[in-house]
Parts: sequence; C-alpha cells; structure tokens
Amino acid sequence: MNRLVLFVPVLIFLALGILFFAGIGRENKEVLPSPLINKPFPNFILTQVEEGSKQLTQQDLIGKPMLVNVWATWCPTCKAEHEFLNTLAADGIRIVGINYKDDDAAAMQWLQDYGNPYEFNISDPDGMLGLELGVYGAPETFLVDGEGIIRAKHVGDLNPRVWEKYQPQFALMRAAASRPEESISDKGSE
Amino acid sequence: MMKSYLIALTMLLFSSLSLALVDGHEYPFDNQRDKDRFAQLAEELRCPKCQNQNLADSNAPIAKDLRNKVYEQIQAGQSDEEIVQYLVDRYGDFVRYKPAFKSYTLVLWLSPVVLFVIAIIVFVRLGRKKEKAAPLTEEELKKLAALKQQASDK
Repeated sequence: MNRLVLFVPVLIFLALGILFFAGIGRENKEVLPSPLINKPFPNFILTQVEEGSKQLTQQDLIGKPMLVNVWATWCPTCKAEHEFLNTLAADGIRIVGINYKDDDAAAMQWLQDYGNPYEFNISDPDGMLGLELGVYGAPETFLVDGEGIIRAKHVGDLNPRVWEKYQPQFALMRAAASRPEESISDKGSE
Repeated sequence: MMKSYLIALTMLLFSSLSLALVDGHEYPFDNQRDKDRFAQLAEELRCPKCQNQNLADSNAPIAKDLRNKVYEQIQAGQSDEEIVQYLVDRYGDFVRYKPAFKSYTLVLWLSPVVLFVIAIIVFVRLGRKKEKAAPLTEEELKKLAALKQQASDK
C-alpha cells in the first residue's frame, strides 16, 4: 500500500502533462476580450474628417444601431476589408468610421479612391478615442446599438465569414431598435 | 532536513523578478518618487499589441501611447491603483503583468503557497520516519529471540 503512494507524484505529473498538452493552442492570442462590452460608448469631442470644422460627440452616434469601424490609410488590413464595408453599407447597414492616428487629407483621398461606406468619419489623429475604446490594432469594429451601448467587438478585418458570426446579433439589435416601446421600458429598468 | 530547507531557499531566490530600467529621458519628473512609480508601472503593465512585452520594453506605437497616458496620469496626481484601473477598464485584465487578487485568480495566487505547504509537510514526514526506529520492547526482544531459535533449529 505504501509503495503505491510513491506513484502519486508520477500520476500528478501525468495528469498535469495531459491537462497542459490539451490546453496548448486553445487560447486565442489574437483576440483580447474587451471589457467595454455592454458599456456605453466613451465620451468624446472630436472633429469630422469630411468637415474639419464640425464637432462630433458620442451623442451623434445615438439613433440607429451601427458598426463603428476603426481604420487608417496606413493599415493594409483596412484596405482588405474596405470593399466588404462598401457591400454592407449598400445593404443599408449604418457604419460610422473612426479615422485612427491618420491624416484627414489622406483619409479623404482614400474615401474618394475606394468608396465611402461611412455615414461620417470621426477624426482621431492622436488615437485618444482609440485608447478610450481599448483599440490596439486597426482595423477593429464595434457593434453599437441605437442607444450608444457597445454590444460586441471584432479585432481584424470584416469579411463575409466573420460577418456571418455577427449578423444575427446585429439583426436583433436592429429589431429591438425598431420597437420603440421596448427600448423605452429598457430605459425605465436601468 | 537542513538540505530540504536549503533547496527551498534556493528556489525562492530564483523566483524573484529581474527588473529592467525604463528610459526616463522622455518623461521628466520633478521628484524621484513619481519617477520610480512610472518605472514600476511601465514594468508591470503589459503592451496589448505585443503579447510578451511590458510598456517599458515595447517600441510599438500603442505601448508609447499607453506610456504617455501613464505619465499624464501620474502628473495629474492619480494613484497607481487608479492608473492601472483606468487601463484595465479599457484593455481588460490582460494589461496587468501582476494579476489582481480576485475570486477567479485565487488558484493562481494560492496554489504556490498550498504546494509549498504540502512540500514542507512531505519533507517533515519523510524526516520523521527515519527517526522512528524506536528500540524494541521487552516482549519484542523475546519474540525475536524465539524466532532466531526457531531458525537455527531448522
């Protein structure tokens, strides 16, 4: 009986070995969970890319559910997803852009060259709004509901495969927004 | 017994962190205390973009932004906890190299202590077993003599 006890360390070692081996590669290192989910979009006062004199705040987002897309002309992946954003916009999906650490003139040129899927673009040359949003690499896309609450975040490019994952959630957000009495009762419970 | 303590001590020595220095030139402070705090925070906060580097080591633009933010907040008189919380609220617990002591990190924080205690118990018990070779009682001696007799009779 006592002899069997000697095998306990080996068994523990084997058990841990199996556990760690099974865990290897499971963690998705590309995507960090965002603590901003279900939190209101952060406050900001920034200008609009298209109209440098126009000031925008978080109030300008409230209305229809939208995608808030963080992009820049220096970001190759943003170029890769741009065509798909155009498609989404053509399907009637509201997209608001945050031009992240970029130059307004370069951004305007880009929109002229590749099409403009955005309702408007928020100019964030210093990346300060990006920091508030926990952005660590463009492109990033937030699903924001009609009341300005962040509901999901995607890091990396949007494409048909990724959109398949978010589309049902976005459809639900749109459905909720089009039923005004529900959103009023939501507000009452908060 | 002595040996096991020595081994444990040696292990403790190697567990301490080696600290690198932050390039302080970019961030002038008017007192040593804030300068040290900045260096400490830049060591303990992790760059979100570059997985295994802290803010002090990373050259990524985002790390620079976060360093600037930490600097700004120290200058604004925020406490270390407030600054860490500010970043955790935006980037998640990922930015801490020193995990918070919370219910879901209990295993992480306590398992080394628990294992250490178990190890000490095991060492102590192994040590005791050797000492336990107590002298035989009168009765046992008689029994032993009888057994010897029996063996030699055969």
